[in-house]
Amino acid sequence: MTTATFKIWRGDAEGGDFKDYDTEITEGMVVLDAVHQIQAELANDLAVRWNCKAGKCGSCSAEVNGMPRLLCMTRMDTIDIDKPITIEPIKAFPTMKDLVTDVSWNFEVKKTIKKFNPRPPDAEDGTWRMAQEDVDRVQEFRKCIECFLCQDVCHVLRDHQKTEEFIGPRFLVYTAALDMHPLDTEDRLEDLKDAHGIGFCNITKCCTHVCPEHITITDNAIIPLKERVADRFYDPLKKLFRRLFGKKS
Amino acid sequence: MDSYKTFEYDVLVIGAGGAGLRASIEASATGLSVGLVCKSLLGKAHTVMAEGGIAAALSNVDDRDDWKTHFADTMRGGQYVNNYRMAELHAQEAPERVHELEAWGAVFDRTDDQKILQRNFGGHKYPRLAHVGDRTGLEMIRTLQDHGIHQGIDVHMECTIIRLLKDGDRVTAAFGYDREKGKFRLFKARAIVLATGGYGRAYKITSNSWEYTGDGHSLAYDAGADLIDMEYLQFHPTGMVWPPSVRGILVTEGVRGEGGVLRNSEGNRFMFDDIPDLYKNQTADNPEEGWIYTQGDKEARRPPELLTRDHVARCIIREIREGRGSPHGGVFLDIAWIREKLSNAPEHIKRKLPSMYHQFKELANLDITEEPMEVGPTTHYAMGGIRVDGDTQMSTVQGLFAAGECAGGMHGANRLGGNSLSDLLVFGKRAGEYAAEFAKENGATGVHDSAIADTIQWALAPIERQDTEGGGESPYQIQYDLQDTMQELVGIVRTQEEMDQAVEKIASLKQRADQAAAPGNREYNPGWHTALDLHNLLTVSEAVARAAARRQESRGAHFREDYPDKDEEWGKTSLVVKKGSDGTMEVSREPVMDIPAELQAIIEENR
Repeated sequence: MTTATFKIWRGDAEGGDFKDYDTEITEGMVVLDAVHQIQAELANDLAVRWNCKAGKCGSCSAEVNGMPRLLCMTRMDTIDIDKPITIEPIKAFPTMKDLVTDVSWNFEVKKTIKKFNPRPPDAEDGTWRMAQEDVDRVQEFRKCIECFLCQDVCHVLRDHQKTEEFIGPRFLVYTAALDMHPLDTEDRLEDLKDAHGIGFCNITKCCTHVCPEHITITDNAIIPLKERVADRFYDPLKKLFRRLFGKKS
Repeated sequence: MDSYKTFEYDVLVIGAGGAGLRASIEASATGLSVGLVCKSLLGKAHTVMAEGGIAAALSNVDDRDDWKTHFADTMRGGQYVNNYRMAELHAQEAPERVHELEAWGAVFDRTDDQKILQRNFGGHKYPRLAHVGDRTGLEMIRTLQDHGIHQGIDVHMECTIIRLLKDGDRVTAAFGYDREKGKFRLFKARAIVLATGGYGRAYKITSNSWEYTGDGHSLAYDAGADLIDMEYLQFHPTGMVWPPSVRGILVTEGVRGEGGVLRNSEGNRFMFDDIPDLYKNQTADNPEEGWIYTQGDKEARRPPELLTRDHVARCIIREIREGRGSPHGGVFLDIAWIREKLSNAPEHIKRKLPSMYHQFKELANLDITEEPMEVGPTTHYAMGGIRVDGDTQMSTVQGLFAAGECAGGMHGANRLGGNSLSDLLVFGKRAGEYAAEFAKENGATGVHDSAIADTIQWALAPIERQDTEGGGESPYQIQYDLQDTMQELVGIVRTQEEMDQAVEKIASLKQRADQAAAPGNREYNPGWHTALDLHNLLTVSEAVARAAARRQESRGAHFREDYPDKDEEWGKTSLVVKKGSDGTMEVSREPVMDIPAELQAIIEENR
């Protein structure tokens, strides 16, 4: 029988501490299985979010040995169990209880992003035509399971708590998915520059690194959006052109 | 009495999966106030796990398809005991609901002529499933969520409803608690829509998440509503079997739709060995024909791997029982073999089945482009549920509506893959529409304080019991014992003796549940939540066991070893479960709805 020791953070908004739990490890187990086992056998009231246990819902985000991970997709055989394994809640958002954090800010931010606004239908029956190659990139962004691990590692949110000024990588990806949608006609660039603070991102790529869906957040979503913003608002020639002719470009 | 916060809406929707979101959107579009309550965070509901696609006769890939063929396929798959009106409306309205998703921003995979691509699935005559790789459920729930958040719907995340309250014959409120602080909430409403999904957590091996504790079924039953078809529970033929901790996680039927084949330990494609008469005309009799069907040959018939789920699951069980299973007690599902046919097979597989590739790579350390998977049946979907009117989705209780998996009738004895997502959309919309209409036509009514006091007392009991002598039992152990009972005694292959035994065991588990204790306080306490969920799980399990024990024939997903054949008389009978006046569960026989001549003619044309 193989046993591992887990140091799990227990507490609430007021504070807390790590508590040690020993539990048996069997073949193929993921960290979430160990947490559930501890919950059932040793700590009935241990709070943890989870739903699908298959990496599809993005509920069980936490930090395992300091790394932001989905508990359900972190296999025990990828972790050194000779040493105690620490599990703690994600840090960018307020703690509710144990491994559960208050991520409600994210749901509020999403509402501030202008919704999808399609061009009129292409066909008389009210449907549209789109080529696969034109939707490939958007489909990459739409794989996002909203686990908020990218938000967790973004230093603008995690260390500087710029939640009033910056929407974070998740919602830059969301904006990119809307903006690069072949049917969409909305203009979100001004919001990106001002209210949504895209300038705060200094492309350290930590978000891309932790994305469990392997979305190339920085290169494919954020940088192209930054380029569009720069084109619109900071291109000196265009600025001059606009000033002379009062035209939007 | 403990305090509670009161909210008031015209329409309250319980559950925020596909059906609940679609109902909320529809009801709020009429200008009424809408509250939406969900146990998890928004966008995490079980719909997110749906993989294969949304069945709708768009006729984009095969122009011979139309709603009539879809209707006939659905009825055949359901063994003709479906609520025909729901099957009819579903087939007619699904295409419009899919197009609407596109208008709200969904990005489906495309055909060469830039329309929505459709894929093959079990029991569907033509390629019919609109999809996005194998993550269609995520696309659907995200589209509905992102559209819905701009509609002014009042969302209560991480909130659990534990009781429906009535005034006379009419439902008037729902009572529950927020998971974060454990504080109680009263939701008064003129109409309530249940969209709570299924109850797979009553079983040990299941593809379902923790949320699937049969809340809607149980809330409706306790409120006096009829449940129907409870004996029909779908076991998906292909769940993961190895390693043990992932046992039950779904492997999409899309693997077979893309050419994947089932083999036993002898390398035999055993699905060719047993093709039911109902499907003989439509099924390939050789591997080559099956392969070219999956590659879009319109003259070819579909491979036997794409027979209905009930049948495929039983064939897999047969192979395992007769000693031809895989090393870990499943059979082999092989998509890697298509390398013989396609030069770019690994890329093709990764593009068509990205999350399956990911899931096996990450959880089982297996590359599905190189090796076969091991799969076996897993508890997946409840055909049975709250009895509703086909047009309005209103239950037998005034003002109480139900949509999606928690509603019964649409799928008869067996659901076709892909018909669930379309069901959520079609009947979610209808439930929202008719609940709004009901709310407009019927004024606000009262709530009885005594019912609230009772509910609070009941809900707090497990927490209070931690301080009593002996301390009460862990709710987790009771849940495990229930899961073992249902898995072993009311599973894929059923006998009278075992099910009678199950009914007895459930009765004793109920007594234990009444003494369950939850250590800790009320703040985000999963032990307490589990103790409260037990009531729903036990109620639904009893309904399944009792109905299954009653139906003495085999039909669709309900297979009786002691009555292995279909019976003509039983084929005309539905079973209805209801709470008797003395509080005990009653199961009664009722005739299956008569199918009108014009629909019967459609069925006959498609035989």
